[in-house]
Parts: sequence; C-alpha cells; structure tokens
Amino acid sequence: MKYLVLLIGDGAEKPWPEQTESEQAAAMAKFGEFDRACRDRDGVELLAGEALGDSAHATVMRTSTDGRVALTDGPYAEVIEGMGGFYLLEAPDLDVVVELLRVLPPYDIQIHPTVEVTS
Amino acid sequence: MREEWGRLVALLLSQFRRIDLAEDALGDAVEAASRTWPVDGVPDNPAGWLMTAAKRRVVDRLRTEAVAARKQQLLLTDAERHQEGARTMADSGSLVEDDVLRLVLMCAHPALAPESASALSLRLVLGVPTSDIARLFLVPAPTMAARITRAKKRIVGAGIPFAVPDASALPGRLDTVAQTTYLAFTAGYAPGTGPDLLRAELSGEAIRLARVVLGLRPDEPSLLALLALMLLQHSRRDARVSDGRLVLLAEQDRTRWHHDEVAEATRLLAAPCLGGPVTPLTASYVLQARIAAEHATVASAAETRWDRIVGLYDLLLQIAPSPSARLARAVAVAEDRGAAAGLDALEGLEIPDSHRPAAVRAELLSRAGETDAARAAYDQAIAACRNDVERAFLTSQRDGLG
Repeated sequence: MKYLVLLIGDGAEKPWPEQTESEQAAAMAKFGEFDRACRDRDGVELLAGEALGDSAHATVMRTSTDGRVALTDGPYAEVIEGMGGFYLLEAPDLDVVVELLRVLPPYDIQIHPTVEVTS
Repeated sequence: MREEWGRLVALLLSQFRRIDLAEDALGDAVEAASRTWPVDGVPDNPAGWLMTAAKRRVVDRLRTEAVAARKQQLLLTDAERHQEGARTMADSGSLVEDDVLRLVLMCAHPALAPESASALSLRLVLGVPTSDIARLFLVPAPTMAARITRAKKRIVGAGIPFAVPDASALPGRLDTVAQTTYLAFTAGYAPGTGPDLLRAELSGEAIRLARVVLGLRPDEPSLLALLALMLLQHSRRDARVSDGRLVLLAEQDRTRWHHDEVAEATRLLAAPCLGGPVTPLTASYVLQARIAAEHATVASAAETRWDRIVGLYDLLLQIAPSPSARLARAVAVAEDRGAAAGLDALEGLEIPDSHRPAAVRAELLSRAGETDAARAAYDQAIAACRNDVERAFLTSQRDGLG
C-alpha cells in the first residue's frame, strides 16, 4: 500500500526554533536514520519526502463554480498550521509504517493511505 | 462450530487477506451446512467441509470483483493478484505463530476504536452472532452490524496487517488484546445502563477470549493476570442478583459462588511469570485480582481482611490511579476504620456520569448517623443512576432511612 505520512505537529518534540544546535543536529540525524531504515526494509520504498517551508508562505487556491480562481495567503489553519513535512512511501501495512516512523522525533503524525488508481 | 469459528476465519484470512470477504463466506458456508447436513448427514470432517465451501465463495467473489474491475478498465489481472498474495504471505515477523493469534491481534489493533475492537473480537474470533453482540453491548442490531462492518473496512483501508509483530512489539500488542478483552468483560459485569444488573454471558465470552489467547501464549503475564481477575469477579455472578435485586457483597450467599473458578484464579496468580517484573497494566490486573481474592477466599464477610485490601488499593493507586479505584479504597477504609474515615477518603472525589460516589457517600453518611445528609446524597445518586436494578436498590435504601 502507498501511504502519505504527514508530520502535522511538534507533539512531544520541542519546537525547532527553541532547540539548541546539538538538539537540532540530533533531530536531523533521526531523519537520516529513517531514510536508512526505509531503504533496508523489505517491501518499503520511500517515494518522496520534503520538509515544508514557513506556512506563512503557503497559498490557498480556490475555484468557484463559475471558474474564477481566488488565491489567499496561508494554509487552512486547522489543517496544516505547523505541518513540518511529509513523506510518501510504499509499505506492506500500517504496522511497518508505524514501526519505521518511531525512528523520527516524537512528532504528531497522520498516516493516510492513498487510493490506487490504475489506468 | 463456535469453537472452530476463529480458526476457520484465520485460515481463510491467511489465504485471501480479505477480512470483508472471509467472514461473509464462512457465514454462507454455515448457512449452507444448516440446510444440507440434516438431509445428507454430517460430513466426516465438518470443519474441512465448511472451509472448502467458504473458499469457493471467496474465489467466486474475487472473480466477480475482477470482472467488475475490468469493466471499469482497471487492469487487475489474476497474475497481479497472485503476486500480491505471495507478497503478503511472506511474514516479516520473526516469530512463527498460529493464525488465530494473528486474527486476535488484528481485531484488537490499537488503530481501531476500543469498542469496535471488542465487538470485532467477539464476532471474528469467537463467532458470537452480531445480534447477540448488539444485545450484550445494548445497541440496536443494525448499529452493531454497521460498527463491525466499519471496523472491517478500516482494517482493509488503513492496511492493518494480519500478522504477528516481532518480539519487541508483541507484549505491547498483547496488552491491547487484554484491554479489549477486559472492556468486553466489564460491559457484561457492570452494565452502566439498562434493565439487567449484569450480563453474565458477555463476561463469559470475554473469559473465553482470554482462554483462546492463553492457549496460544500460555505464559503471557497480562492475560494470565486478567483471566484470574475475570474469573474471581465472574465467580460471584449467581449470588450478585436475587429476584432481580442487587445483593451486596456482605450479604451474598457464598455457597453460590463458583469456588472452582476461585481456585483456578488462585492458581493463575501464583504463576512464576507474575512474580518478576511486569508491565503497569499487568501489575494493575494482579492487584485487582488479589483484592478480589481477599473476598473470595474468606468464609464469611466478617472475616474479610479490610486492612490488607486497603493496602492493596494503596499500591493500585500508585500504579494506576483512577477515580474508581479511589472510590473502592474509600469503601475499604470505611470497613477497616469506620464511616468517618471512609468519608474523609471520599473527600473531593467525583466521577463524571456516575452515581456511585454519591451512593457510597449516602451509605457512609447513613452509617455515621447523618440521616438528612444521607437522604440528600441518595437523592443525588438516584437521579444520576441509569441502571434499573441499582436504582431500585438505592431507592429502597433511601426509603429505609429512619
């Protein structure tokens, strides 16, 4: 199955700007460890993964029924305020995803299966 | 048949990985059996017969799905299907385990809501009919059917595996199984609402679930301790109600307790694996079971060692603090050191949506001779009580005040 993994909040992790340099380095190391753990795991493939920029620079695009496009600044606060990044990965099941994600800092994470559309 | 249900569901799942199809197919097979066996005679291998019939149904359904999928121009070839089957069959876990254990772990997966997990376990592992589960959990049958269907869809949709996790994750998962089982037990032991004081059948089913898992993992501390606890509570079932009325522990006819179950629980509590370090969950089950054993193993209420019970509650509150445990400790304190000490121990205790703190306060105030305060507390408890038998009891206590 393919899963979109959203790092939706700091959770038990201290917010990035409040961390000391060595804490930030330790967090970064965990991301590297996660990459390696995914590579080493049978049936798992990391398809994409990015850290997101400041949410103040995000843009919301909405299209009305008559086709007009409206752009507003900022993401929907209730959905992705503070979202730090995402991964798209292929994994055999939920337990494997959860086990791998335990390597990351203790963020709040949403694990969302995708729909397979073949044409 | 009920004994075989979980094993057959597990076998079907290990072949097809489709919980939504497996259970329906087995239901169809059982239905077919109920029609043909009385006419043709029971086959030599009934379970094998059901398995073959159910497999045929699953394959039929998969074929139908494949045809429908082609119509939508989705390329889902048999080859791909086989490949997928082969991939999921390869178990990444480091343990070799029974399929039934995989089924139990799947039903009690932490990504499912606890109530759904309990219902699903009773349905899939034990084969309890959905209408019975609905009755036991006090919801309409269609509601329960929908809840179970939703849980099955979630298993497929979220990718909850039919697998045994590796040794490092297994104890945590078995703790969830224990909690799921205990939830089913308490739903029967002390129903919060409705006309029955207890639904002993549901408690009995929960005990059966624990036995199934212990049959697979005989030395699992959390399940051993939980089984001991459940047996001790369940052993009083015939004495807890008389003519539809609640009978308090002190007044229960102890000859009607199931002493064989008490003896089994006592043996379980002596298991070596409970002597070493255990998880907080296991420790809390052991302490609750020891408390229940204090009651179960004395010949009369007068001989109860309330001092020991208070001590056990003190330990329990350190490991698993909860308002219910504080309430029970206050009752024990009152028995050991008098009503005034019990009322002190109750100070500031509240349990949302529960009549029990008020009911205990009323009883202790009545013992302390504070009749007016007791009557007010009974009124409060009666207003909050949603169980018919308990409400009748509280009303008679209030009306009996001098």
